[in-house]
Amino acid sequence: MAKVIVQMTKYTAKTFSHTSREYLFNFSAPKVSLYFSRSIANSRSLNVERFYTEKHEWITVDGNIGIIGISNYAQEALGDVVYAQLPDVGSEIEKEAECGALESVKAASELYSPVSGKVIEKNEEVEKTPSLINTSCYERGWLFKVELNKFDELKGLMNEKAYNEFLKSDPA
Amino acid sequence: MIRFGVRGRSVCFESLDKHLKLGSIRESSTIFKSSSERTIPKQRLRCLIDSETRSNETEGRRSSSTASASTAPTPEPRKTCLHDLHVENRGKIINFSGWLLPVQYQEAIAASHQHTRTFASLFDVGHMLQTQVSGKDVTEFLESLTTSDLKNLNTGSAVLTVFTNENGGILDDLIITKDNDDKYFVVSNAARRDEDTELLLQQQENYKRRGKSVKLQFLDPLEQSLVALQGPTAASVLRAIMKINLTHLSFMNSVETTVFGNPIRVTRCGYTGEDGFEISMPAKIARTLVQAILDTPDTKLAGLGARDSLRLEAGLCLYGHDIDEETTPVEAGLTWLIAKRRREEANFPGAKRILSQIKTGTVKKRIGLTVVHGPPVREGACILTPEGERVGKITSGGPSPTLGRSIAMGYVPPELAHYGGGILVEVRGKTYKATVTKMPFVKTNYYTAK
Repeated sequence: MAKVIVQMTKYTAKTFSHTSREYLFNFSAPKVSLYFSRSIANSRSLNVERFYTEKHEWITVDGNIGIIGISNYAQEALGDVVYAQLPDVGSEIEKEAECGALESVKAASELYSPVSGKVIEKNEEVEKTPSLINTSCYERGWLFKVELNKFDELKGLMNEKAYNEFLKSDPA
Repeated sequence: MIRFGVRGRSVCFESLDKHLKLGSIRESSTIFKSSSERTIPKQRLRCLIDSETRSNETEGRRSSSTASASTAPTPEPRKTCLHDLHVENRGKIINFSGWLLPVQYQEAIAASHQHTRTFASLFDVGHMLQTQVSGKDVTEFLESLTTSDLKNLNTGSAVLTVFTNENGGILDDLIITKDNDDKYFVVSNAARRDEDTELLLQQQENYKRRGKSVKLQFLDPLEQSLVALQGPTAASVLRAIMKINLTHLSFMNSVETTVFGNPIRVTRCGYTGEDGFEISMPAKIARTLVQAILDTPDTKLAGLGARDSLRLEAGLCLYGHDIDEETTPVEAGLTWLIAKRRREEANFPGAKRILSQIKTGTVKKRIGLTVVHGPPVREGACILTPEGERVGKITSGGPSPTLGRSIAMGYVPPELAHYGGGILVEVRGKTYKATVTKMPFVKTNYYTAK
């Protein structure tokens, strides 16, 4: 599992520019260009370290903005996501509080925020196409963005290496 | 995140209830009631991934803490005689009612579901209780526990029926096949194995005391396998691998034949809404026969996950969820299981209450419902009137892979139970519009030989 994640990260990092270009070719509507530029903004997070919770969410922080998603391990365990309920933009969420849910055919699983703050954006693409969580959990399948108000909360999270160890050590 | 389904059950209760159930090992909100009932200490807040991994023997990650987490010691989970096959095919093994069975294989549940609706899938249902019942008083014996007319059932025919209690509550649902007037074959639920066994033995004792003779033979799941081959191509698959004439074998009929020198029973029935067969066979040929089935084109293994979503679309009840001891067949929309002759004779357990309900109605009724725009609605979710009054609960529900929307079953007062009617369902504190829908949700494809 650890290896998969590491490889995936490398892969996305390497191919990101290609992927972006593909978007440009595939979609030419102005709205999509907007999305495209947003992706670029997201891409900055690739250089930023990704932190994980024990409940398998990840967060990357750029300035005071955190982007949140679920890990590859989580999406694999969840199976095909068919419904994503994300927190409303403008809502205040607390660290470790339930703020949404992801549903597969098999089951529903709740979403917990790794940090406290105000939700400033949710990934509407994911709401329309929840399978993005399975196909691209670290990129197009991000879930929502939070304006952090307690930076100390990040200290309690695991970095990539610690998370991989956590997965290996059997979280049970 | 990833703590599956618990919320589905607790949504209508106070947070206390939620806390109690937080750590419950609930692999799926829809199919695994028995495990969800286990109460686990609060400090063991765990997400489902972990519990699922723990129950996944194939990954060798079983943790001893699982057992200690339960308040009551649970017996070692059992295996069917096809267990190795599931492991070899990388089935995701879970504990279902005390049985280690695959919830899915490598394919997603929805893909496996669609495969079953398009081609054919093979399900291991060897955990179900198979019982041979024989003796000269056997028809009367089985009728004394169920609501069906076995006396007038044709030889070779099978019937869906229910064991009822004195209050008319359903003790289990089962399929009885009549081999002849003195011999029947019964298949009932794995989760009710102990209760069914006890019920049959108790009644056998009663019969003995009255000088009547009934022989019960509970087949050992390690000696007798049961598989279900389901899907539109199921018949051609069987024809390809065994000498069997299926043209005259219509839905709910059974035939005994010989394969690899061993007797097998093929019953045209299933739990998916598709044409299909349940094959009961000695364990020693199970692997070979199953492999022969899987070697036919477009036939795949499918697990409990697909089985559940398929039966939901077909509008079929799951015991312990949609029906239980507190529910009568009339409330469950299963009045058709009370045979005409039995109504006249009024001599089945709970006849008084059931017949009175048929006459004057019930206070709740099982309905199907569809949510056009909204999340999957799971077991335990509240059903509300359009005005917002809580009036019932969802008993099964989830996304329908065939329809691409959320479907569910639940109980409401009869005045709300008319098709096309609008109601509300509550998921995670928000309400969504739902429509009362006639079941099956997806057209069934049973073979009627016409």
